[in-house]
Amino acid sequence: MSVLLNRNTKVIVQGLTGKIGSFHAEDMKRYGTNVVGGVTPGKGGQSQQGIPVFNTVKGAVRETGAEASIVFVPPPFAADSIMEAADAGIKLCVCITDGIPSQDMMRVKRYMLRYRREDRMTLIGPNCAGVITPGQALMGIMPGSIYLPGRVGIVGRSGTLGYEAASQMKALGIGVSTSVGIGGDPINGSSFKDILELFENDDETDAVVMIGEIGGPQEAEAAEWAKTNMKKPLIAYIAGLSAPKGKRMGHAGAIISAFGESAQEKVEILRDAGVTIVATPASFGPTVAGVLDEQRKAA
Amino acid sequence: MDIHEYQAKELLSRHSVHIPRGGLAYSPEQAAYRTREIGGDKWVVKAQIHSGARGKAGGIRICKSDKEVSDAAEAMLGRKLVTHQTGPRGKLVSRLYIEETVDIRQEIYLGFVLDRKAERVMIVASASGGMEIEEIAERQPDSIIRAIVDPGVGMQQFQAREIAFGLGLENSLIGKATDTIMGCYQVFRDYDASMLEINPLVVTRDGSLMALDAKMSFDENALFRRPEISELRDKSQEDPRETFASDRGLSYVGLEGNIGCIINGAGLAMATMDMIKIAGGEPANFLDIGGGASPERVAKAFRAVLADKNVETILVNIFAGINRCDWVAEGVLKAIHEVGVNVPLVVRLAGTNVEEGRRILSASGQSIIVADTLAEAAEKAVAAMHQSTLKKAS
Repeated sequence: MSVLLNRNTKVIVQGLTGKIGSFHAEDMKRYGTNVVGGVTPGKGGQSQQGIPVFNTVKGAVRETGAEASIVFVPPPFAADSIMEAADAGIKLCVCITDGIPSQDMMRVKRYMLRYRREDRMTLIGPNCAGVITPGQALMGIMPGSIYLPGRVGIVGRSGTLGYEAASQMKALGIGVSTSVGIGGDPINGSSFKDILELFENDDETDAVVMIGEIGGPQEAEAAEWAKTNMKKPLIAYIAGLSAPKGKRMGHAGAIISAFGESAQEKVEILRDAGVTIVATPASFGPTVAGVLDEQRKAA
Repeated sequence: MDIHEYQAKELLSRHSVHIPRGGLAYSPEQAAYRTREIGGDKWVVKAQIHSGARGKAGGIRICKSDKEVSDAAEAMLGRKLVTHQTGPRGKLVSRLYIEETVDIRQEIYLGFVLDRKAERVMIVASASGGMEIEEIAERQPDSIIRAIVDPGVGMQQFQAREIAFGLGLENSLIGKATDTIMGCYQVFRDYDASMLEINPLVVTRDGSLMALDAKMSFDENALFRRPEISELRDKSQEDPRETFASDRGLSYVGLEGNIGCIINGAGLAMATMDMIKIAGGEPANFLDIGGGASPERVAKAFRAVLADKNVETILVNIFAGINRCDWVAEGVLKAIHEVGVNVPLVVRLAGTNVEEGRRILSASGQSIIVADTLAEAAEKAVAAMHQSTLKKAS
């Protein structure tokens, strides 16, 4: 199966009754996601678009058996919602919210350490586009139509740049097993390396596209891990070639503040680790096609 | 968000960090008056701008009379100071900080940052203060002491003490150094800082510990709960193009090129700028209009981009997900109508309802250059820019 999410995954929506939450809950249901409930404190017992609403995540889990949660809660309360999900036994939490303070995320990551590794919730995001397993289920805000079901995994920080990659691949008939947006914040739940590990162990993924950007140590860390642990081909693009040092490029995490954080340096580190580099953002499609061709020939 | 040295010192001094006596001045007369208030016979006049490396750029002067102080103030106020951190446009000096001088025995570096690898607050200290941290890391890497704070319990006394002993301070200073470090951490945590740097923290001849300089930045995502920090914002220190855009809720970064960019999503925005560079052009800005891309936001984005007089061409690249391309196309037309675009305009739409979006643009009768792919969009924008500059020259 694909990674993280499939058509059977039971999903609840935290912040369901808000404008953004209800809009995307509808969209996810339409795509085929098994949305079983929502959580808005104080609105338990009501129902929204036919989805039952609960006061607490624990209540929702008890009544519906939900295993995954998507968070659309506003920034001041989002960290609290993530911790509530972790404590209620949710296995996968996708946080879409943009604008959570860094110290709140520090607390979230610290809080999650209280659970044993095997019981610990997988957090994707915050400030991300979410997760999609094309043809099966969507936990996020991406347009489902641009993804063809297939066998290439995508992991990236950015939403729309991920769409760009997926649509270039679709134009060449290349499909996606699962696409994971890990988000543009400096502190996030799952790193590039965490997601690469999932794809490496997934029988339905043949190759992985990683879409990184300036700032932070995660691309270099992923390169080091892939060098020794990854058998499947890894293809990478790093955005921000033209970004000057010390300027924050939109994402809170997209700022070059230390050595090894510029696009050029990251590309070199990845290339040294044997990763295929997508030379320009217009060549995702052809580069992936080339790698898959070689793989077919070798087999 | 950055604040000034005097503001950071004021915050720190409320939390057990000692600072030299000083005062703020907006005019040469006020600067001279401060010398009498502070006392002594030697003062430092420091330009208050959001940048380090002020000394080399002439923004810090030592003066021995109130006449010298007022002359230095006269020379600095109202001027733009260009340091290697400000960019070529420099930053306006409108406030000065006048401070007593102290006899320095030792200079220490003390910094607090958000370490992205540990995902926690890290303290960095070195007995080789005075230099920038990059310089210390290169020349005296062994002198750097690091400690990481567990956010569950906060910084502990022993960690501060270990740093103090690690810096080689004598016993009589260990208590003072521990208080200083703990005080800094408290300010960092209580005000949601993202960076705090005291460089140098000095040991004076009479055996006290003082912050001679202080630099702080704050997490913009946390300003909603730190109104006292929001009040410290000084818009005169920001790129006016960026202030204009951020007042309208847009994420904009001014650059030095001439192709204005209007894009949805930070990653796609960076990638489009890269593509412009690959095609031989230079982006004038980074601009992420966010997920919505409503006609109102598109119009605001056009205004922000056109506020930069260097812009010779505009490239719009929208990958419509939730919203539809036909809606975005109508937004672009509305913006042209409302704002008035007098430079070549290249539009690339992709995603939901793309055919309808392109049809609306080409049927509009406006001279919009439509592109299908990212590569085509960048190439057409660079070509249009060359034509437009040629026309201007002739």
